[in-house]
Amino acid sequence: MERVYRVLFHLRSVWAIIAALAVGSILILAAGSNPIEAYYTLFQGAFFDYWGFASTLVKMCPLLLAGLAVVLPLRAGLFNIGAEGQIYIGALFATVVALYLPGVPGPLHIIMCTLAGALGGALWALIPALLKAYQGINEIIVTLLLNFVALHFVSFMVSGPMMEPGAPYPYSPEIPDTLFLPHVLPRTDAHFGVLVGVVIAIAMYAVFKRGVFGFTLATVGRNPDAARYAGMSVRRHIIVSFLIAGACAGLAGTFEVLGHRYRLFHAFSQGYGYDGIVVAFLAGLSPLFAIFSALFIGGLRSGANMMQRAMGIETTVVEAIQGLVILFVAVSLAFRYKVTEIGKAIARRGELEQALEDKTSDGKE
Amino acid sequence: MESLLNPQAITEILTTSLRLSVPLVFAALAGVLSERSGVFNIALEGKILAGAFGAAVGAFFMNDPYSGLVVGMLFGMLAGSILAVLGVTFGVNQIVTGIAINIFVLGITAFLSRIVFGAQANTLRLPGFKAFDFPGLSSIPIIGPVLFGQDLMVYLMFACVGLVYFFLYLTPWGLAVRAVGENPAAADSAGLSVPKLRYGCVIAAGALAALGGCYLVLAQVFLFSEHMSAGKGFIALAAVILGRWNPVGAMCACLLFGFFDALQLRLQFNYQEVPHQFFLMLPYLISILALVGLVGKPRPPSAVGRHYRREAK
Repeated sequence: MERVYRVLFHLRSVWAIIAALAVGSILILAAGSNPIEAYYTLFQGAFFDYWGFASTLVKMCPLLLAGLAVVLPLRAGLFNIGAEGQIYIGALFATVVALYLPGVPGPLHIIMCTLAGALGGALWALIPALLKAYQGINEIIVTLLLNFVALHFVSFMVSGPMMEPGAPYPYSPEIPDTLFLPHVLPRTDAHFGVLVGVVIAIAMYAVFKRGVFGFTLATVGRNPDAARYAGMSVRRHIIVSFLIAGACAGLAGTFEVLGHRYRLFHAFSQGYGYDGIVVAFLAGLSPLFAIFSALFIGGLRSGANMMQRAMGIETTVVEAIQGLVILFVAVSLAFRYKVTEIGKAIARRGELEQALEDKTSDGKE
Repeated sequence: MESLLNPQAITEILTTSLRLSVPLVFAALAGVLSERSGVFNIALEGKILAGAFGAAVGAFFMNDPYSGLVVGMLFGMLAGSILAVLGVTFGVNQIVTGIAINIFVLGITAFLSRIVFGAQANTLRLPGFKAFDFPGLSSIPIIGPVLFGQDLMVYLMFACVGLVYFFLYLTPWGLAVRAVGENPAAADSAGLSVPKLRYGCVIAAGALAALGGCYLVLAQVFLFSEHMSAGKGFIALAAVILGRWNPVGAMCACLLFGFFDALQLRLQFNYQEVPHQFFLMLPYLISILALVGLVGKPRPPSAVGRHYRREAK
């Protein structure tokens, strides 16, 4: 019996998805369509159709990277709600390097764009990290407010200094075609970025599992006093975790430009940063499971387009289902068979703040 | 600059300031109330949006703004109940629950608004509250039109600030709420019911934050659009901190944010050569700067964000 409970508990994300789809079917009924047929169209289109699966992968790339940007700081009990803004600034940096550094050979130029994008995201994430580490200012509020600043700033850049002359809508000129990312599925849009995302997720998993940083990050969150005693700096871990998270989100923006749109558009991200929160929680804060949850949410998104074309159901139904998914994940946390990774991470938050309060914290740093 | 300093321009800026701060004040009051009882309320954003949607639905079907107000508050209380049940009863982390509520409300209102309003969603003009003048008082220069020429919800807002202040500081229940937010274990041993008080505060906060959303729909734009809360819930959270968890302080912080918002609109109009995006960023930047530039360290209610379980004493 015990074992049955344990299995059921570990499958809680699956229960959350099933519950969300069940409630979602009521919404589809309300919209006047047949839910079974709708879900069939959605999942068939998203996962069992060559072109559809390619478009799922296109959406999966930013979702996964944004999800990782939420997972990493949360391991130490910090909430990064700012992936959206980091995506914008990352994309901006990458586009600037792509457009205004001509004459660099193609492959090197791609790497430079990618690094610039990661740097942009990291710098944007550094602001809340510094404010948190040195002023104790709530990172949730700051990251969220910065999203709006980033959105408007990119909008200014592509409707002003970087605007394509004569464009009907704010966007930048197209990047040189030597910078287009290679495709992973022939004749489709599915680009190389999704593989980079998967590799980063696996690397992050390995670091959490075996690496020194994963261990110290968890220790800093779990027991800041012991961590300090052992010579680990609480502040440095806050900053480093946000820098890496920002870099991941920045890459999400970069690959949207280099792999998918080939220009910087005004308001291009459509909430990938917020969807990353759903990805992270659905994955139970595991970078490895984030791959699957990003695939699932990406599938919902691309399948929704097929469903709209085939049956005329509004794509917003998927946003509602996604909202239900995260709500039911929250509900599933009410069952306490065992302390979850999310629960542990949250517990770290309180201790982290306590450690920041401490006047002597971090000694002579 | 002189174009900004004549009495008429000042009156206009102050009137706009007040109108722009109304949704923030309602949401900040909600934040003060629930955080004073020890429940961190990151879900303000979702509650504003739920309130706005409810207001639009009520006003659309009943064709009168008062029904909108009622339905909006009901929706906000519903969102508040989710936070109460998960966060207070089941001890799910309040931040996680709050974020879940925000994303859930965002998705569900986006979908339902398409169903309810259909193609006319963006051209709709819902019935709303109109400004009216207090005879006599409204003819006082500057102050008159600013304070006595507003719509009903603005006066409701001032009333709510007074009520929340009165409740928190001048009634035994208010004392109980503050005790529960500072030291739930002590409050519990003194015979107060921690969950009941927190439920009350969180659900009332849902109604208050929803009023902010109602105002957006019923007194500002007269339609519902997806994600129309646009971060106001988070600006309100900044105002709660800036106002030191005091209803009057939070109101002053919101008025300040509202003033900068009004100023940016005015500057946008006066200085069209400056790209308008810089002005759009201003309210968010000012909120962050306000948090950074805070003199002294703010001290939130001690138990905020922590789940209280009896056996865990």
